[in-house]
Amino acid sequence: MSVLDSKVPGGPIEKKWSAHKNNIRLVNPANKRNIDVIVVGTGLAGGSAAASMAELGYNVKAFCFQDSPRRAHSIAAQGGINAAKNYQGDGDSIYRLFYDTVKGGDYRAREANVYRLAEVSVNIIDQCVAQGVPFARDYGGLLDNRSFGGAQVSRTFYAKGQTGQQLLLGAYSAMSRQIGKGKIKMYNRHEMLELVLVDGKARGIIARNLVSGKLERFSGHAVVIASGGYGNVFFLSTNAMGSNATAAWRIHKKGAYFANPCFTQIHPTCIPVSGDHQSKLTLMSESLRNDGRIWVPKNMEDVEAIRKGTKKPVDIPAEDRDYYLERRYPAFGNLVPRDVASRAAKERCDAGYGVNATGEAVFLDFASAIERYGNEQATMAGMANASREKILEMGREVVKAKYGNLFQMYYKITDDDPYFTPMKIYPAVHYTMGGIWVDYNLMTTVPGCYAIGEANFSDHGANRLGASALMQGLADGYFVLPYTIADYLADDIRTGAISTETAEFDEAEKAVKDRITSLMSIGGSKSVDHFHKRLGKVMWDKVGMARNEQGLKEAITEIKAIREEFYKDLRIPGAMEEFNPELDKANRVADFLELGELMAMDALTRSESCGGHFREESQTEEGEAKRNDKEFTYVSAWEYTGNVSEPKLHKESLEFENIKLVERNYK
Amino acid sequence: MKLTLKIWRQKGPNDKGQMATYPIDGIDGDMSFLEMLDVLNEQLIHKGEEPVAFDHDCREGICGMCSLFINGEAHGPDRGVTTCQLHMRKFDDGDTIYIEPWRAKAFPVIKDLVVDRTAFDRVMAAGGFVSVNTSGNTQDANAIPIAKADADKAFEAATCIGCGACVATCKNSSAMLFVSAKVSQLALLPQGQVEARDRVLNMVKKMDEEGFGNCTNTGACEVECPKEISLDNIARMNREFMKAALCHED
Ligand SMILES: Cc1cc2nc3c(=O)[nH]c(=O)nc-3n(C[C@H](O)[C@H](O)[C@H](O)COP(=O)(O)OP(=O)(O)OC[C@H]3O[C@@H](n4cnc5c(N)ncnc54)[C@H](O)[C@@H]3O)c2cc1C
Ligand code: SF4
Ligand code: FES
Repeated sequence: MSVLDSKVPGGPIEKKWSAHKNNIRLVNPANKRNIDVIVVGTGLAGGSAAASMAELGYNVKAFCFQDSPRRAHSIAAQGGINAAKNYQGDGDSIYRLFYDTVKGGDYRAREANVYRLAEVSVNIIDQCVAQGVPFARDYGGLLDNRSFGGAQVSRTFYAKGQTGQQLLLGAYSAMSRQIGKGKIKMYNRHEMLELVLVDGKARGIIARNLVSGKLERFSGHAVVIASGGYGNVFFLSTNAMGSNATAAWRIHKKGAYFANPCFTQIHPTCIPVSGDHQSKLTLMSESLRNDGRIWVPKNMEDVEAIRKGTKKPVDIPAEDRDYYLERRYPAFGNLVPRDVASRAAKERCDAGYGVNATGEAVFLDFASAIERYGNEQATMAGMANASREKILEMGREVVKAKYGNLFQMYYKITDDDPYFTPMKIYPAVHYTMGGIWVDYNLMTTVPGCYAIGEANFSDHGANRLGASALMQGLADGYFVLPYTIADYLADDIRTGAISTETAEFDEAEKAVKDRITSLMSIGGSKSVDHFHKRLGKVMWDKVGMARNEQGLKEAITEIKAIREEFYKDLRIPGAMEEFNPELDKANRVADFLELGELMAMDALTRSESCGGHFREESQTEEGEAKRNDKEFTYVSAWEYTGNVSEPKLHKESLEFENIKLVERNYK
Repeated sequence: MKLTLKIWRQKGPNDKGQMATYPIDGIDGDMSFLEMLDVLNEQLIHKGEEPVAFDHDCREGICGMCSLFINGEAHGPDRGVTTCQLHMRKFDDGDTIYIEPWRAKAFPVIKDLVVDRTAFDRVMAAGGFVSVNTSGNTQDANAIPIAKADADKAFEAATCIGCGACVATCKNSSAMLFVSAKVSQLALLPQGQVEARDRVLNMVKKMDEEGFGNCTNTGACEVECPKEISLDNIARMNREFMKAALCHED
């Protein structure tokens, strides 16, 4: 098996990044003007990268499938972004953020990358404030923070429940400035469907113009993939409807290794599934766990009464409630990491204590917080005799100021008012830690092809801590890639513009055309969604929150069968060269049907449990995930061999020089 | 629920387009409006007909991609929500629902219910930003305290999702609410004040060039805006514009 070269620079961990920046090659401003960079994706990662590289002088071509770069899925991020600013003086530091992230990821991330992430996190907040991002502030006019899971400090910066929106609009406005200057050429409603290699280097892409349906060629000296995560392989997830794996999968099939595909994050607090018609699941931000307490009834009679509607949650006295996270994990309580919280919810529901008709829901209750805040307000206002009703009213106002949009979202979807009754929540697919393998420079195994943001695998190990994806996307795009890419592009200052009228582009375009033509000509009887839902069900049941050998083997067989049927019985209406959303979906689902199989294979080879990857065969007596460091302290990097069912596994072994591997403990 | 849908069908920008009628059954109150359209499209595909094209992505009211004029109202009858957050419990069994695209000169129809809103992006590129490069050595984020009240107001303006409902609702197809939200956000923050003058002049100029109409203070935009962006922003932008225009003459 080959050894992957992570290109992590030497020296002590605190010095690696600054030393590396001093040592890598640069491209001078005049030469940057002769270099084109393609950026696929305009989320936090792609948007920040495109803007920063254009500011530096490169000619950027940016792509997104939505009608505007501002609509990338990052817009939906709710709760916040971490940074080791230690503004609260609660003992935070770069080292502590680094440590929490490595531990939260259950020791399956690369130390040097995580340290760098923690290091540049402080610059992100400065940069965003300078752009006019309106973060939440306290009455003194300084930035406010909240806490997120897996940390015992308050380091999360936020803008109500719309942090992603505000950060993305910041990156979008930075892009807009460069679009206005002509340094970024923006291609909206374009979907990348192929990577073009020339002499083994990434030199361009084939994209489909989603309005005309025509295939178009674009060249560049480097190609950056910032296309987000692949959670939609499960059909139902908190991702946007269009989120997909196609860009990542296409580069994988051209030589980029896919790392840890089975590392999926199931988020504990989402609105439960309500019926078959459901098209997506809605997240209720982790920030709610700052103030919400999670519980189910202790007694089965109460569970049944609640399901029947003869009892309401408020009718159940405190002593008959099981605040199971507080019970099992007193040190972290409701703020345990996501994987731990999700499994604990599943454990209670599997034991029969689920509080809705499907038996798959637990309560997230704000009553104590409302009362606590109300009392605080009354004291501050000097209202010694405030009535209980008045106190609760004031408490609700405080909660509204913190989480108003989330409460409204919950109310609109469920028709239940969470100011007066606990929310019902259940885990749902949310994020993918796995992704394209990259080295320290964020380059994939294809020379000149980079992957940033959720699309790569780099920083979160087997479980991502809340508020760290936004941090990673912006770190990659604003502060890492613009430096590291120069080292590669330094060889291209004399290359000149790359022609798209070459055999390589002809061939790549033909391959895409043939693929689409074959999909369009199946002429079967079932819609794309039909297959996507079936794939999603297999993935959720067998490659979801808990996995075992037998289930994974079955999943592999079943996914293959669905894929075969897809190519026999799919129906796509309309034509290729027109606006055709069904065809857009078919291209994406075709790739999910292959990726799903790889995820199952990866989960099968990793017979340990770690982070979000829970193998039932590998658990402690208390049902906690049991790692096997002796055999599995490595990154699985899968190479495409020409047959999707026979990928080749490469291993990058992980060295821990700064953090000792111990059992993760949140008790 | 049993419903009758009257939906605008238009093959492309040059097609004339017309309303088509689709009866639909088995709709549940818990479905979102777009899930109801998913059901219709699934049936159309099954029958070998062309599904109805509509824009959407996040389906949780934040990306601004969904649109739809429903029974004469942008984003339908509910307040403070986008079409993707509108639920069928707002309708009654037997209702007839009219579904049309945004209609405005600056938003040409691409297909069926899908329109081209890139005019908004071009207005943004004319000045909707602070000119600060990425450097890693900008001043510390807490160097300039910002009064909470101003920060909150800037945030409220910044929650605009760029959906275009304000334009679609306005009888003049004015983009004032959208543009003023960005101008206000940046005018309220110290970081945005340096370029405030040029920003407002450039964005307003671009807005006029793109073919958006004038604002006659009808206020319909505020009512239909899914993010409840306030008319105060328009007043603030007008003040900024007057200030800038006066200074410009010096
Ligand atoms: C509901 C929700 C809430 C979240 N809340 C938080 C939070 O509070 N804190 C936090 O840290 N993280 C949060 N996350 C995670 C975080 O939002 C994402 O991981 C992150 O935004 C991903 O950013 P990205 O730039 O990598 O990709 P995305 O924002 O997903 O952008 C992908 C881009 O790629 C484009 N694209 C994709 N495929 C193609 C293609 N083939 N061709 C052309 N373009 C393509 C898209 O158009 C888009 O522009 C949340 C996630 C969800 C789902
Ligand atoms: S102001 Fe309101 S209606 Fe107009 S684009 Fe923004 S969010 Fe939409
Ligand atoms: S689909 Fe994103 S706002 Fe409606």
